[in-house]
Amino acid sequence: MQDSHILLSVRDLTKHYPAEGNGFFHRNNEFIHAVDHVSFDLREGETLGLVGESGCGKSTTGRLVVGMEKPDGGSILYEGQELAGMSRKELSSIRTLLQMIFQDSYQSLNPRKRVLDILADPMVFHGIVSRADAPRRVGELLQLVGLPADAADRYPHEFSGGQRQRISIARALSLNPRLIVCDEPVSALDVSIQAQILNLMKDLQDRLGVAYLFIAHGLGAVHYISDRIAVMYLGEIVELGEGQEVFRHPLHPYAQALIGAVPAADPDRRPDDASILKGEAGDAVHVGEGCRFAARCPFAADQCLREHPVLTDFGNGHLAACWRAARGHECEPGI
Amino acid sequence: MMKKDVHETYAGMVWRRFKRHRAGFACLILLLAIAAAAVLAPVLAPFDPDQINPAFSQAPGGPYLLGTDQMGRDVFSRLLYGTRVSLTVGVLSTLLATSIGVVLGLTAGYFGGWADMVIMRVTDMIMSFPYIMLILVAGVIFRPGMWMIILILGFIDWPGVARLVRGEVLSLREKDFIHSAEIAGMSRRYILFSEILPNCFAPILIFATGVMAISILDEASLSFLGMGIQPPQASLGNMLNGAQSISVLTGMPWLWVAPGVMIILLVVCTNFVGDALRDAMDPNTSW
Repeated sequence: MQDSHILLSVRDLTKHYPAEGNGFFHRNNEFIHAVDHVSFDLREGETLGLVGESGCGKSTTGRLVVGMEKPDGGSILYEGQELAGMSRKELSSIRTLLQMIFQDSYQSLNPRKRVLDILADPMVFHGIVSRADAPRRVGELLQLVGLPADAADRYPHEFSGGQRQRISIARALSLNPRLIVCDEPVSALDVSIQAQILNLMKDLQDRLGVAYLFIAHGLGAVHYISDRIAVMYLGEIVELGEGQEVFRHPLHPYAQALIGAVPAADPDRRPDDASILKGEAGDAVHVGEGCRFAARCPFAADQCLREHPVLTDFGNGHLAACWRAARGHECEPGI
Repeated sequence: MMKKDVHETYAGMVWRRFKRHRAGFACLILLLAIAAAAVLAPVLAPFDPDQINPAFSQAPGGPYLLGTDQMGRDVFSRLLYGTRVSLTVGVLSTLLATSIGVVLGLTAGYFGGWADMVIMRVTDMIMSFPYIMLILVAGVIFRPGMWMIILILGFIDWPGVARLVRGEVLSLREKDFIHSAEIAGMSRRYILFSEILPNCFAPILIFATGVMAISILDEASLSFLGMGIQPPQASLGNMLNGAQSISVLTGMPWLWVAPGVMIILLVVCTNFVGDALRDAMDPNTSW
């Protein structure tokens, strides 16, 4: 995995939204730092998990990658091609290679269209199949995601949430993409269905070699499916590394807290104090100079309040942005 | 799992649910019957509507099913022809208003920016005029007549449709299936006409029934005030216009009861049909 080809290379990706109160009669220069200098690589056929709490910028990162939003800075290199400044027209040829799956499967399928049309229209539009040949290809796709062939004649509301998510996956795959951004694809599903969908996605990755950028707020699903994990906090990546490595030896106290919050089937296990997050998520407008996590960090020292930690390699591609880790204290997983 | 073994098309589901709304369904049948009678007026009417018969102001009876007016014209024949005019005005002006509103609403909602700004300010302007005044002024400027009324009503009723469509487009644009079409690199035209427009169809249709009811009423008001359909051509409004005096109101009810009841029937039935459509097309209820 280490040597394989880099598909997507994101560098210093930045997106700021004007803070509220920025109206016609009232201007201010405050911004919400939704995504702030985020950098990561995604290799071919790999899954990168992006975790963090609500509002940490993980979904915005995904939307930037597929071009739903325009970045304010940084670059998104897909196969060496810069996507960040591309026009709508230029993007449309690359977009087939970059698809997305959404959290709400009901909203992500047009309620007025049959599954056949939902799946066939983009393929026909891009000349992947002819209109006459589309039903056969749709049948193949449905089979690929484990749905019966007669599903093609039905409307989205006739399916359960898990089945609709399978249709979404089939639609994303229909254009033969190399990368699929998955924005919390299983968060809205029952736990038993979650496992089915995750297994399907893993299986499809093995067969088709597609890469996933898997966005989720909990570590459970991410740990199961991801080769590597990136932890985001207030618009920044605070830890990045191989999935097992991050899970067993988290370097950043925030990652440690997240891992401590994954429920385990052990009644005697109690999360220790350090692993319970205290306080509210920080303010993405007034980010200050120090570490953004300092206000909630049980180990915050003077340096953390004054200086902003940079993402540093701690060996084996395991990166973290934490002064405490830099001083050599390894956090124990919160057990 | 699959909810039903036999799956149905959207139109099929709407029709099944529409039939369950008893009042709406009955009103639809009644409207169709009235429309059929209006279309077949030349066949059904016992007299020429403008023909002056030897019996003046005669009460219903004999060959005159609903009596005759002061000039000896058969009220039943005039009612059929008047209904024909009212329905034509209602349907055509609604079609015109809806077409204008849909095009402008889609443009404003999807493209936004200055197009949105200009269209919405014009919409506000038209909506802020007193309605009946605007129609009257237009009626004074342009030579009254059926086609003129259709044009006037069509050009005055579109702002409501435009606002509705714009609102629908704005909310649909944020739906993930539109995002998904954009990410798939589909063209603007495809997104606008194949993804967005079919999803606006239900609210537009429901709103259009309301516009039609109002158009029928407006035509009647305009003709009642003498600014609409000009005599001798019959319309429901100018039939009422002939019944303005107290002596007619008290002494010859057959002159105004029939056209009055017909207007009420048309408006109430159209509104009930709209109501039933709203229930049948609402995707949030399933039965």
